[in-house]
Amino acid sequence: MSHSLMSKQMDLLRFITCGSVDDGKSTLIGRLLYDSESVSLDVLAALEKRQASNGTVDLALLTDGLRAEREQGITIDVAYKYFTTPRRKFIITDAPGHVQYTRNMVTGASNADLAIVLVDARQGVIEQTRRHTLIAALLGIRHFVLAVNKMDLVGYDEAVFARIATDYAELTNHFNLPAATAIPLSALNGDNVVKRSVHLPWYAGPSLLEHLESVPGASETAAPARFQVQYVIRPQTAELPDYRGYAGQIQSGQYRRGDRVKVLPSGLESEIEAIEVSQQEVETASAPQAVVLRLRDDVDVSRGDSIVPLAEAPTLTRELEATLCWMSEQPLWPGRKLLVQHHSALLKAAIPAILYKVNVHTFARNAADSAQLNDIVRVRLKTALPLAVDTYLENRASGSFILVDELTGDTVAAGLVEAANSEYFTLPIGPPVAFSI
Amino acid sequence: MSTSSFDYLDRLEAEAIHILREVAGQFERPALLFSGGKDSIVLTRLAEKAFRPGRFPFPLVHVDTGHNFPEVLAYRDQLAEQLGEKLIVRKVEDTIKRQRLREPGGKYPSRNPLQTYTLLEVIEEFEFDACIGGARRDEEKARAKERIFSVRDEFGQWDPKRQRPELWNVYNGRIQKGENVRVFPISNWTELDVWRYIQRENIALPDIYFGHERRCVVLPTGQLLGLSEHLRLDEDDEIVTRQVRFRTVGDSTCTAAVESDASTVEDIIQDLLLAKVSERGATRLDDNISEAGMEDRKRNGYF
Repeated sequence: MSHSLMSKQMDLLRFITCGSVDDGKSTLIGRLLYDSESVSLDVLAALEKRQASNGTVDLALLTDGLRAEREQGITIDVAYKYFTTPRRKFIITDAPGHVQYTRNMVTGASNADLAIVLVDARQGVIEQTRRHTLIAALLGIRHFVLAVNKMDLVGYDEAVFARIATDYAELTNHFNLPAATAIPLSALNGDNVVKRSVHLPWYAGPSLLEHLESVPGASETAAPARFQVQYVIRPQTAELPDYRGYAGQIQSGQYRRGDRVKVLPSGLESEIEAIEVSQQEVETASAPQAVVLRLRDDVDVSRGDSIVPLAEAPTLTRELEATLCWMSEQPLWPGRKLLVQHHSALLKAAIPAILYKVNVHTFARNAADSAQLNDIVRVRLKTALPLAVDTYLENRASGSFILVDELTGDTVAAGLVEAANSEYFTLPIGPPVAFSI
Repeated sequence: MSTSSFDYLDRLEAEAIHILREVAGQFERPALLFSGGKDSIVLTRLAEKAFRPGRFPFPLVHVDTGHNFPEVLAYRDQLAEQLGEKLIVRKVEDTIKRQRLREPGGKYPSRNPLQTYTLLEVIEEFEFDACIGGARRDEEKARAKERIFSVRDEFGQWDPKRQRPELWNVYNGRIQKGENVRVFPISNWTELDVWRYIQRENIALPDIYFGHERRCVVLPTGQLLGLSEHLRLDEDDEIVTRQVRFRTVGDSTCTAAVESDASTVEDIIQDLLLAKVSERGATRLDDNISEAGMEDRKRNGYF
């Protein structure tokens, strides 16, 4: 095919694979790469050198890139893989399934548009399936694929598949999650991964790849316009003595020359005098473009400030409620002081209270006085200066932040803004409620 | 305008510019590691998009092994001048003398591993807290595991088991004194993406990327290595003249050429669409030493 035909209409889909250890995630990715002819001959040759005693190539080795992973036969850290079909470019995030690496799954889910939840056909829906589904949904993923793997080991039995698909639909219904597309497959043999399988004549739906090629891609259009200043461009040259441009990426929505805007946290108002993309002035720009904004008035704007539409500004607050995925071996206790990094804004923060811990199997809320590694907790967060936030539900970009340990510099938590107005803060702990997105 | 009009290259470009601006915003003394190869050339174009009409908030730094292709060095100097940005060159030769390192032996003496020493020296000399590099995750399986902001300890070491989680597009560059962050803005690009971008942006490249006649020695693997004064050839080595180009530009002693008539970027893209061998597999002599060759070098501070 001609590349010029391919390149312009192609878009990008980022997806994550999740499921328990030994459900075959790495094998599935290996199969996707292999059957879509995305593996080079030299990489294959290296694999063949390590082939199993029965002579088959271990496709999982395509993704397990670290020495320790090959030694232990498990995935430890997130790996990123790429492949392209005439329809789409794909970024695969291969996240570990092991309980002890939940933080890596959260890492992978934070950037994904779609989640493939793998289930071993012999096991059906298990705790890990629930956990990963709930975490992926919590992180804002809207497209789910239930990949019922190892169908070859259950004799390609339609009843087995139907039962698992029903069990999973009950789970997603119960938690008000988006419905999943269920696909029976065998990653090992390549059934229904790229090509439809003759072993599954009763299945009328698409192969996994066909489905991945047809789901809607990323879209940031619906939300109000959000922009945070990353860097102030001031050439201070003879030709441009007074130029001040605010460089950043449009996080959501659209900006137009002449828009009335407000700078947060200062609250100063101005108007967009110019929008530059790659040094060209444009009338409008929208997410996810990297732009330079210039304002009509000489107001004080620095890194971390938001420039937002007057009419649809985010909440400006020093106190909010957030869900945290705790990622550090050092536990979190109430009163702990940390840094909050809300994209380009970095400020001191404290966590006055842990409101409850979320049971990641049932999403029940339990009282807790600390958070340990891999816990998901709801907390109250206080910041030293006001933050301009939306809830994560409204806006994945302006509703997300990380927490950083001031001493070590480590990222200790992923944060999702749940409520920014105190009137919406959580009521006292009640009975478990259905998780709803 | 709806976002669906952005294709994947637009998205990759926006992501890379965002990362470069985070470096500028978060670090005091960053540097852009510039080899004169296509990936670092693309980085300079992205930096123009990120920071013009201002200057780059970092110098270009080249670790010169002394085994570079002369065409690439000429291109390097010309590009730095054209950009009007500062270029710092540090030579592996000087590090070898200063640290009394042993010159590589063998027929094809590769100074590639020695680059790490010079890189760590230049980081120390200028107290760089972040080094931007053009590495891509599609190049190699250990690279596929690396974060975009990759924290290295004071010895430049990467510990794959202790990587920080990297969430959304929020990049945490906080480090302690002596530590250093390697930043890879084009992590999510593939070799083909880089070439499509070069085509779209009409970026000039060193001539050796395009098909040309070159005298080469035929390696036992069948690969072709361009003749240079640094090779130690034997009488019975087979020397041939072939129409070749380079897919990647490393040292002349460890970067094989591929046979190709491709004379334009369009031709190269067509070549790549048909290529069955990966970039590093086709060209690098140093990755295949062991299965964990790249991982081990990165643990030791390799960029």
